Amino acid sequence: MSGSTRDAVMGRLRRAVGANPANDAERRAAVAARLSDAPKGVIPARGQLPPAERLDLFIQMATKADATVTRLGDVSDIPEEVAAYLRERNLAPAIRMGRDPRLAGLDFTRTTLTVTTGPSEGDDLSSLSHAVGAIAETGTLVLTSGPDNPTSLNFLPEYHIVVLDAADVVGDMEAVLARLRQTHGKGTMPRSVNFVTGPSRSADIEQTLLLGAHGPRSLHILVVGEPG
Amino acid sequence: MQITSQTFKANTVKALADVDLQRALRHVEKGFIGKRQKAADALPEFDALRDNAVEIKNHTLKHLDLYIEAYVAKVEASGGKVHFAEDADHARRIFLDIAKRRKAKTVTKGKTMISEEIGLNAFLEENGIVPVETDLGEYIIQLRGEHPSHIIAPAVHINRDQVEADFRKFHVHLDPERDLVRPETLLSEARQILRQKYGEADIGVTGANFLIAETGTSVIVTNEGNGDLTQLLGKCHVVLASLEKIVPTLEDTAQILRVLARSATGQEMSVYTTLSTGPKRTEDEDGPEEYHVILLDNGRSGMLGTEFEDMLRCIRCGACMNHCPVYHAVGGHSYGWVYPGPMGAVLTPSLIGVDKAGHLPNASTFCGRCEAVCPMRIPLPKMMRHWREKEFESHLQPKAARAGLGVWAYLARRPKLYRAAVSYAMPALKLLAGRKGRFRSLPLAGGWTKWRDLPAPEGRTFMQAYAQSGHGDPK
Repeated sequence: MSGSTRDAVMGRLRRAVGANPANDAERRAAVAARLSDAPKGVIPARGQLPPAERLDLFIQMATKADATVTRLGDVSDIPEEVAAYLRERNLAPAIRMGRDPRLAGLDFTRTTLTVTTGPSEGDDLSSLSHAVGAIAETGTLVLTSGPDNPTSLNFLPEYHIVVLDAADVVGDMEAVLARLRQTHGKGTMPRSVNFVTGPSRSADIEQTLLLGAHGPRSLHILVVGEPG
Repeated sequence: MQITSQTFKANTVKALADVDLQRALRHVEKGFIGKRQKAADALPEFDALRDNAVEIKNHTLKHLDLYIEAYVAKVEASGGKVHFAEDADHARRIFLDIAKRRKAKTVTKGKTMISEEIGLNAFLEENGIVPVETDLGEYIIQLRGEHPSHIIAPAVHINRDQVEADFRKFHVHLDPERDLVRPETLLSEARQILRQKYGEADIGVTGANFLIAETGTSVIVTNEGNGDLTQLLGKCHVVLASLEKIVPTLEDTAQILRVLARSATGQEMSVYTTLSTGPKRTEDEDGPEEYHVILLDNGRSGMLGTEFEDMLRCIRCGACMNHCPVYHAVGGHSYGWVYPGPMGAVLTPSLIGVDKAGHLPNASTFCGRCEAVCPMRIPLPKMMRHWREKEFESHLQPKAARAGLGVWAYLARRPKLYRAAVSYAMPALKLLAGRKGRFRSLPLAGGWTKWRDLPAPEGRTFMQAYAQSGHGDPK
């Protein structure tokens, strides 16, 4: 059934757009060119800054979107920062994270934190992820799925803490997309790419904005190292 | 869902008298317009991005057959499946086949207007499957047995105290003495209840803001995170999307995203923009086991290559209804189907027929605000005029209206006769109106004079006044 529907729909589309044997090669070439060149379009000037200013813009925009941001000198500072963040908010000293090698080496024994590994089961209050990058233009984090950083850690816990390497902050979304292509190959994507701009929210009741809808109530970003 | 677009006029009379609705509708005008303006002003490239977004969509529509071919190949390469659906009934049957094969009992749902278009919820219930809406607004209206009244703010017609009353009525397992005055508490309660549902669901249904041909990816843009939990935790993810959601590349998506959130909610970027490609991978520890896309035509291929093609650029941001004085006055339900406001006035006749939805393109003051704010620069007023013409051509208007238009058209095509007629009519009307210069009632103009007086002409025609002003004869 679906096969014949597909043929019927495609036939109607071809007639509607005026496809015929005479223009077929030309049309196919235009589509192939766009898919392979992926032209960039209009890139706003806002994010096109030298590294240090770019990082400042990211922090400013993320803060405007109600995320909180802390800068750390080195990855080894992460355990104590996470412990302090949870303590200040009177949250249970427990954190759930994936198998990201950049987080696996952290020494949590200096803290009282209970660290568990794997995707969220739904009852974790706080989670720790590592972003693959961030966009200065809008204050957006970029996370990808996989055992390193299971997607459920981005959405189920109430407090989401995200580690971001300062050198991974780029100006615009197009720069992130170029990096994804480099990592995963042209035309191939991780199962899920999450662009996250601030904690979850809803304005469905009388257009009043409330933080903490179905995803995290708080998003805390740890920017590690120097921009490069 | 039952279509009530035929009774648009009666719907609006009811809406105008509905005190709760009128109270709720004030939030539309107050909330959306200023936020969009601020966001547009904050990005100097906003209009250039709009132009490019229009070009991207136009290019895509001209090559839609080929981009769909490329998209389907990529979805299949990533382990997903695309099902073509001719119409609403066909889409529902495809969904039921998937549900039966998976022995589904519960289906969680992110906000999808295509689901409304195909009437999925009622159909699932008929087949013993429980649909659970997870978007806060959708959840509220599902409790109330209603339909969305706005494409991005489905419960915009409801006030906080009404939500409180509904939660008390339906969440009977909770303490009846609990304090629900603050909207935050209402949100927490919905969050807690829906938390249980995501993991229990056999299928998670979402819509799609974009389908990317380059990668076979579906994109959802949300603020709450419910759509993400729905597509991530349901054992099988089904995407409901219509043909025109296709965009060529990731970069094209990034361009249109910049105008989408700003036009919709005035955000620089919505909280969650999620790109999903295929089912769970071998190494994944979470994610759906199956990934399906039901690609719906339902009349869209018939719009391509016609005067209504521009409407297929629509990205469903809701800006046109947020800025529409008619929508502000009568709300979304008056339009009688899924899509309200100016975009609904153009799209609804295309999808369900001008015989059923002919009133909608007439419900416009032609003020042009919708076109001015449309990020995709869709000429909405022009297309409403096309529908009015079609309605006239198909003899769908009442006899009196047709006769009136006939007389007017006869005169308008004969300038001399027209001028002669009005040069007698104007002084006559002035005389009839007497000293007050107004009519309290007038034959054939009862629709006007029932609500307010009609000012009488001052005795001269425009042409006469112009000639006497010293500008000479305007011919």
